[in-house]
Amino acid sequence: MNENICAISTALGVGAISIVRCSGPDVIEIVNSIFKGKDLTKVDTHTINYGHIFSDGENIDEVLVSVMKAPNTFTREDVVEINCHGGIATTNKVLELLIINGCRLAEPGEFSKKAFLNGRIDLIEAEGINDLISSESEESRKYAISRVDGNLSRLIINERDILVSLQAELEVNFDFPEEADNPEVTSEKLRESLTSILADLKELIDSSSNGSILKNGIDVAIVGKPNVGKSSILNHLLDQKKAIVTDIAGTTRDIVEGTITIAGIKINLIDTAGIRQTEDLVEKIGVDKSKEILSTADLAIYVINSNEQIDEEELSFIRSIDNVQKIIFFNKDDLEINADKSLVDEFIVVSGNTVSENGLKDLKNKIIELFNINEIKGKNYNFLSNARQIALVHMAYESIQNAIASVDGEYPLEMIAVDIKKAYDDLGEIIGATYKDELLDELFSKFCLGK
Amino acid sequence: MKYDIIVVGGGHAGCEAAAASSKQGLKVALISSNINNIADMPCNPSIGGTAKGIVVREIDALGGLMGRVADISHLQIKMLNSGKGPAVKSLRAQGDKITYPKNMLKELNSLENLDIIEAMVEDILVEDKKVKGIVTSDNKEYLCDALILTTGTYLKSKILVGSTNKEEGPHGEKCSKHLSDRLRELGFEIQRLKTGTPQRIDPETVDYSKLTIEEGDKHPWTFSFDIKPQYDVDKQRKCYLVYTNEKTHQIIRDNLTKSAMYGGYAEGIGPRYCPSIEDKVVRFANKERHQLFLEPESDYYPDLYLQGFSTSMPEDVQELMVHSLVGLENAKILKYAYAIEYDAINPLQLTHSLETKVIENLFTAGQINGTSGYEEAAGQGLIAGINAGLKLRGKDPLILKRNESYIGVLIDDLCTKGTKEPYRLLTSRAEYRLILRHDNADLRLRKYGYEVGTVSDEQYQNLLKKEELIEQLTNELKNIVISPKMVSEDIKNALGEELTVGISLYNLLKRPQIKIEYLVEYLDNNYDEEILEIVEIAIKYEGYIAKTIREVEKMLKLESKKIPNDIDYDKVNNLASEARQKLKQIRPQTVAQATRISGVNPTDISILTVYLKKEYSKDSSNE
Repeated sequence: MNENICAISTALGVGAISIVRCSGPDVIEIVNSIFKGKDLTKVDTHTINYGHIFSDGENIDEVLVSVMKAPNTFTREDVVEINCHGGIATTNKVLELLIINGCRLAEPGEFSKKAFLNGRIDLIEAEGINDLISSESEESRKYAISRVDGNLSRLIINERDILVSLQAELEVNFDFPEEADNPEVTSEKLRESLTSILADLKELIDSSSNGSILKNGIDVAIVGKPNVGKSSILNHLLDQKKAIVTDIAGTTRDIVEGTITIAGIKINLIDTAGIRQTEDLVEKIGVDKSKEILSTADLAIYVINSNEQIDEEELSFIRSIDNVQKIIFFNKDDLEINADKSLVDEFIVVSGNTVSENGLKDLKNKIIELFNINEIKGKNYNFLSNARQIALVHMAYESIQNAIASVDGEYPLEMIAVDIKKAYDDLGEIIGATYKDELLDELFSKFCLGK
Repeated sequence: MKYDIIVVGGGHAGCEAAAASSKQGLKVALISSNINNIADMPCNPSIGGTAKGIVVREIDALGGLMGRVADISHLQIKMLNSGKGPAVKSLRAQGDKITYPKNMLKELNSLENLDIIEAMVEDILVEDKKVKGIVTSDNKEYLCDALILTTGTYLKSKILVGSTNKEEGPHGEKCSKHLSDRLRELGFEIQRLKTGTPQRIDPETVDYSKLTIEEGDKHPWTFSFDIKPQYDVDKQRKCYLVYTNEKTHQIIRDNLTKSAMYGGYAEGIGPRYCPSIEDKVVRFANKERHQLFLEPESDYYPDLYLQGFSTSMPEDVQELMVHSLVGLENAKILKYAYAIEYDAINPLQLTHSLETKVIENLFTAGQINGTSGYEEAAGQGLIAGINAGLKLRGKDPLILKRNESYIGVLIDDLCTKGTKEPYRLLTSRAEYRLILRHDNADLRLRKYGYEVGTVSDEQYQNLLKKEELIEQLTNELKNIVISPKMVSEDIKNALGEELTVGISLYNLLKRPQIKIEYLVEYLDNNYDEEILEIVEIAIKYEGYIAKTIREVEKMLKLESKKIPNDIDYDKVNNLASEARQKLKQIRPQTVAQATRISGVNPTDISILTVYLKKEYSKDSSNE
């Protein structure tokens, strides 16, 4: 309920002005942070304010901003409406900025829902506003469908077709076990189909992640053995003393986060406790946590002390970091070099130190290069509404993973069917599919059934 | 003559409806056009089958008759899908077409408040949109407070064989010629459906050496939770497999225009899952053969039922077709196949209690609602009987949810989606089938039967005992830990590895390879097979069941959001026009039901939800 939400509430591509509406406890501050003009946190309620939307010093659009403070607003929360003049692309950009700064894209009808939940029912009844909501919902309905990129939606429809035909092959065996010519569903066949679907979904997730990078930034985990200088690197990147830095190995036990911007992209830095075999329980928790972070990060910067030799434990750990991009950073190159770089030459390697800050710039450039940041920024991703959809693809991905695990565990087919159906339903939600008998249609068109 | 409840039709729906209402202490009449045809099986001889077998168990759990009667009237019984997992297992019996109706009639005659009357009903008496009684073809009036129509295929039925047709019901019985007109007049939408039945073959003329035998299970089974198996597993009758061939297909293709269906002589819509043989040959032209079954119908007459060969070809073509089958070259056809067309109502005009939305206290069940199958009919009959009784007794109806029973899935599908073809249950229609199993039907439903009065005290006490045993066994499995030394050979072989530490039986059972029978030797008490099975499923598939239950909870949340009967969808702004039109037609009773209507998308659901809160819970939203 207390989330900040935003959406374009006028018809897209129609008219010269489009309105981006935000509602929530922090929306005035959020808009103020991208607005040049009056300080919106100090203006009176129900005022319209002239100014510009800025991003990284760049003027995005000339706008009029209406500030309406709770409780006398449509949703009963603080509401800010930005009248944009620059057409679809800039309006999208404004929306994107709002999302980057802490708003979430509203679900269709969510403003009305907030209005209702906060008890502003009487206003809904007022005729003028009713018309307004009417246009909002009508548009958001269309938007809900159109906001799935055409390619994405084709891909999803395609995956669902594959899933439904797989389901049909399973179901026909459940419902018509005595048909002589039913397709035989073997573990091998199932595993093969599922693995191929899994790969497709992975590709979908990866291709969506570029959009997600623009929106959510890149999560970078800084890992390495204790006392190799992870926290110092973080602090130098952040330009502040946030992580606890000492000379005693193992002092960083809490996960410290900070955010910087590299080439306009948010980089979320996450320091981790030093990784090594440890007996200390508190530290061990930190180490487990580090491993957990690694599993969700986009990039791991593995820090090695150039002054020390690389041992087997370290090597095997580096090699064990998979499913995530990694850069090996040879720190402390101002001291005597004892580490043998050739041991890790299959990875991307950068050298430097935090005393002279030599190499930190190289590190940033490597990140830009690795994530194609310049290229991503130049493209117009239609990703803004995709967070929910990406989450759904992720859920579908997990379900297929579960299904494969069930095939491997030799569970009965109807258990496997549960996960396949779940994946099918989750993907369906993305494209707004409603309850239908696709499965039965597939069943009866594909197989000759019945006595 | 005045009854509390009159049931029209003595088929599988009618029998259950009559029994369920009379067991509630109400005065009931069952009116059938021919008492000898009560509980008749005019089509296939089987009771049960995938999904349907689970329905029979559900009927039994709710105090219905089909399961207990089938248990003492079958020629063969087997568990389908026994090689697959627990959720798709289902019993199917070959019923004896003579003993089944006889035993059913015996059950009905034992009911105290039930009169069985032979008459053809042609009119319904209605006052102020409320049912008052019926009129028979000989102009007798019978009054009642509630009426249950279970007329099966007898509404304006027409038998089609080739280009000829006769206005009659199965077995050449009279059909009701005016009742469906009367229903239309009262405001019902009438649709025309079609089904068919294959040839009956003289067993003396079959060359069995060319056929594959299908035997019953060596394990004894019963549908009913109250009956122990009483038949000899070794004395079950055999069924046989027969296949069509290219010659058969050629005969069909050459004569296609003579078929009632393809010649354009039929107007009704037939079921996709039970197509005529000409349909199969046309639609699946690439298939080299289609599988047929030859099944006994009774111990008291010879006919074998040629399952899968239903057709509306003329008789001479049928001769050619049958004789083209390997093993049936010289077979004598005792009865020809035919298609039958009949009138049915649009089930979207029903509420979930199976009372119609059109006329108060008028209930319908079975084929008149657009379903096919004895089990589907019986399940509806039972619910209609229960709810007609509950209504007259001033109580809330029994509405089974989709997560509680196949019967609930069936009724919800009918009321929410309607049907354009005779509807048959399938396990794939049940999204929560992992918890709708044959083994737990009594645990799911018996308490409802007890509350209604269709389940006896003794039956209910047995259920409680069973629940106790389940809990006891579960606890034993949790509490007993075996050390690596205690591990039996069976377990070792199944695991394919040695255990290194002690493990509870419960955790051991979670492994897919470990069957509960391996663990019995470690238990303190002895348990019946059925208790072992239930507990094994619950433990082994805990994760999957939990997943299903999460989905159920999501649905139940929406199910608890009722949509008032007086809602005016024209006043709900912003609904997409397709959604508005569907909602107006179907008038779902809960938000969950609305989500299941095709064409109503998630946005429409949130708009509807907001509207409901706004319009119908003003107290909580006032400032």
